[in-house]
Amino acid sequence: MDLFFFYASLYLGLIMLLSLYRAVAGPTVLDRLIGVNAIGSKTTVLLVVIGLLYQRVDMFVDIALAYAMLNFIAVLAASRFFQKRKGLYDETRTGER
Amino acid sequence: MTKPGRVKGEGMDAVIILLMVSGLLFFTGGTIGIIRLPDFYTRLHPAGKLDTAGHVLAMAAMALYTVQVFSGHNLLTAVKIMLIVVFVFFTSPTATHAIIDAGVRAGLQPWTRKKERP
Amino acid sequence: MFTSNRTSDRQDSFEPTPPGSKQGKVRLNAGFCLTFLVMFAMWLVFSGRFDAFHLILGVLSSLIVAFLSGDLLFPAALDRALPLVWLRFMGYIPWLLLQILKANLHVMYLVFHPRMRELIDPQIMEFDSQLSSDVARTTFANSITLTPGTITVNVTAIGKFSVHCIDAESGKPLPGEMESKIAQVFME
Repeated sequence: MDLFFFYASLYLGLIMLLSLYRAVAGPTVLDRLIGVNAIGSKTTVLLVVIGLLYQRVDMFVDIALAYAMLNFIAVLAASRFFQKRKGLYDETRTGER
Repeated sequence: MTKPGRVKGEGMDAVIILLMVSGLLFFTGGTIGIIRLPDFYTRLHPAGKLDTAGHVLAMAAMALYTVQVFSGHNLLTAVKIMLIVVFVFFTSPTATHAIIDAGVRAGLQPWTRKKERP
Repeated sequence: MFTSNRTSDRQDSFEPTPPGSKQGKVRLNAGFCLTFLVMFAMWLVFSGRFDAFHLILGVLSSLIVAFLSGDLLFPAALDRALPLVWLRFMGYIPWLLLQILKANLHVMYLVFHPRMRELIDPQIMEFDSQLSSDVARTTFANSITLTPGTITVNVTAIGKFSVHCIDAESGKPLPGEMESKIAQVFME
């Protein structure tokens, strides 16, 4: 069972790398924000899996909760911030295929 | 840190593995979705919700795994894990809404099929 | 359980004040007590220690949070029928989960389809909603967003919803059944 969770965590890391593609290459700022949000939600799961692997779930679950809250607040703040700036529109027009 | 011996239950293990694998499948769908879909409005669909579904399933698997060795401490940990799920269930639509609102206010045009034809 | 206990003994004396007024009486209404209880339950779960020191610390911090934001979590407009609404809301959740699962599978099918670009047809559709209260509208908007294939873009003050759908099929059941269920929950 530990082995299963180990491979699950490896797989989660792989998926996070794939999400990173969108965060790096996305044409608009909001695309990057989506990528970062996706990575964050997977990190929450990954933290609990790491807790299971190290047999300290009780400690890691608190870290995971704090990370989930931080991720949410970061996405909210970033989207509010970029909606005030007008830089979004120009990047779309030049960056779209 | 040692742990008391785990109660061996083959059926329980199967349920846990099934939940975890389906959760990972949803995560895969979300990731492939945000890579493949054409514009950011459509990308929000898999990002916001397939991820939430995967989150619920994977967390449920780990909460089940935690309460296999039954004690008050482990039960509390499982409740905490499920509280993370509830939290994500409330916040994920809000975050999605914030992102799409930012896009609409910035004036991004949604990708439609008509645009692709000419 | 605690919601019904707390509100039933205050129901006769409590007059729903308009949201703008902030007299001293407002501090001690049902919203304050409910917020305190919820916060303290959260504290108990997250601290996991039940000795006197941690309990007192929890009571103090829950009091402070309830004092600062007692009218945020449970707005006064909801107070009168709160237990009933919560009970029916619990009945609404399993149906919502089923819808989420069905629609999730649909989006999974779209995402993994090799010719995905010919299947999707994104559009922003608009419709008017009958729901009038803020809480009902918020629940409706969040339910739409949670159901894959549709995202609420905007809700105006007169109840006009703009919804982004990934294809025509996901947008078809709106507003329809979900709205009538929510109207049932909030008695409208």
